[in-house]
Amino acid sequence: MWELIRLNRRKSILLFIGMGVTLVLLGYFIGLYFDPVKGGVAGVVIALLITLILNLVSYFSGSKILLQMSNAKEVTPDVHPRLFNVVEEMKLAAHLPAMPKVYIINSEAPNAFATGRDPENAVIAVTAGLLAQMNRDELQGVVAHETGHIINRDIRFLTYAGIMLGVIVLLSQMFTRTMFYSSVGRSRSDSGKGQGQIIILAVAILLAILAPIFAQLLYFAISRKREYLADATAARLTRYPEGLASALEKIASSTQDLETANKVTAPMYIVNPLKGKGMRMSDLTSTHPPISERIRILRSMSGGANFRNYQEAFSSVRGTGSPIIPGSGMADTETIGLRTGLTESGAEFDKRQYNRELGDIMKTVDDYRFIQCDCGIKLKIPPLFSSDRVECPKCGTIHSL
Amino acid sequence: MGALIVLAIIVVIALYVVGLYNGLIRLRNQVKNAWAQIEVQLKRRHDLIPNLIETVKGYMKHERETLESVTNARTAAMGAQTVGEKALAESALTGALGQLRVAVEAYPDLKASQNFLALQEELTSTENKISFSRQNYNDQVLMYNNKIQMFPSNIIAGMFNFKLEEFFEVEVPAEREVPKVDFGTKQ
Repeated sequence: MWELIRLNRRKSILLFIGMGVTLVLLGYFIGLYFDPVKGGVAGVVIALLITLILNLVSYFSGSKILLQMSNAKEVTPDVHPRLFNVVEEMKLAAHLPAMPKVYIINSEAPNAFATGRDPENAVIAVTAGLLAQMNRDELQGVVAHETGHIINRDIRFLTYAGIMLGVIVLLSQMFTRTMFYSSVGRSRSDSGKGQGQIIILAVAILLAILAPIFAQLLYFAISRKREYLADATAARLTRYPEGLASALEKIASSTQDLETANKVTAPMYIVNPLKGKGMRMSDLTSTHPPISERIRILRSMSGGANFRNYQEAFSSVRGTGSPIIPGSGMADTETIGLRTGLTESGAEFDKRQYNRELGDIMKTVDDYRFIQCDCGIKLKIPPLFSSDRVECPKCGTIHSL
Repeated sequence: MGALIVLAIIVVIALYVVGLYNGLIRLRNQVKNAWAQIEVQLKRRHDLIPNLIETVKGYMKHERETLESVTNARTAAMGAQTVGEKALAESALTGALGQLRVAVEAYPDLKASQNFLALQEELTSTENKISFSRQNYNDQVLMYNNKIQMFPSNIIAGMFNFKLEEFFEVEVPAEREVPKVDFGTKQ
């Protein structure tokens, strides 16, 4: 089932090839401009070589770099048992070959992302704010969405596409700058060259200007499509689209920016972490589909939780017949019944309770130790605390560490 | 020359039979593996229950019957042998635990206790894991049973005594029916 989904994603692959062709053309014409005889081939070789090297680096240490950039910390199950349970549930539901590593980012902004080069080396990272705000069903929805990225092989795909985009932008900028600074000196000698040279120059300049824009649009298109597919996968895995829908609602209503995210890492997150930038509805340059639309689609899934149900909901919300689920997913005729949500007590949002919980999660991630005193106070011992005894500030009981 | 052709045909047939046989073995092992995954979770749930009873007993003075029915359902589930029996007994245990959950609602102190919350989380997660492993197990059984019953692998299955496996079916109405929920009106 999942294998089929992976193989049959013609449109994404076409977009991918489109970026590759753009890269090759750019390399060719820039090279041709510098040396009309052999330059074209050399340009292509150089462009591809840069892409290859960057891809190798990302294959072997990409997720490490990303996790470090986001200030994420690997945690053990006792830091947050529920998070680990939910990840393991999704591992079983999606038949992942190995348990993903779990990371927590100490930030109040609720968000999450997945990384890792393949399902065997997957990583799921969530923020402390997410853990403090979500109930069990919502957390499951978010983790299922990330698991969707893992089994759909989106991570590697997005990383490679992102690298190609980076190389295209790099080459274009290098070229246009060289042109700008050397134009005065060159113009004299250029006059001797033929008409062909001028045409090549024109094409190269045009490409250098258009290629980055084109590649960015392709990249964002890929990224948006993947988000819908991951939402559909999450609904199917959990059989409870409402969980993810209400999680997205909570994330959307949060006003915090994730400090450690940037333009490059933004498409990795479940919801664009940079709220201020380019969040216009159905904006062509947005990495994520509008949240309100994702929520509406999930909530319109009334007949069941398989891919066909998601496609139907998608078509009715968007009012278009355009397919978002690849053909193999549509062949998924197995009826997946929706399940009912967990009833959780204490549904009212309590700001103090929330802050305390958030603080506790962050402190646990930072290796604090907790001691429950008999008088009802919870002592929080920082990792650098050197004494082996601590006194309870309320009742004066001495606790040994 | 004729003998060679006959020999070649025999070799091809033999290889085909070996292929079918190995395919059946692989499927059967996948079924076993999937079943082992369920059993781990079932055992985990059985292990959690005594702890849970111990925790809630102090708070719930007037719910002896509910607690006893959970304990009895657990004993019955641990004694079940075949897949079918287990499925039935585990459904009964799920039902008994559901009743306990309803009863807990009347005890706010219990609901706020850290110990109880942690146990409840473990129990909920174990039940989810059982449900997800069950889907996987039933998928594997379906593939294996299909292979056993379909021509030509059914001949090999008969020769080497491959038996049909049982599905792990639970009779929980809420899980099998699609609830009619209209999310559209909620906006």
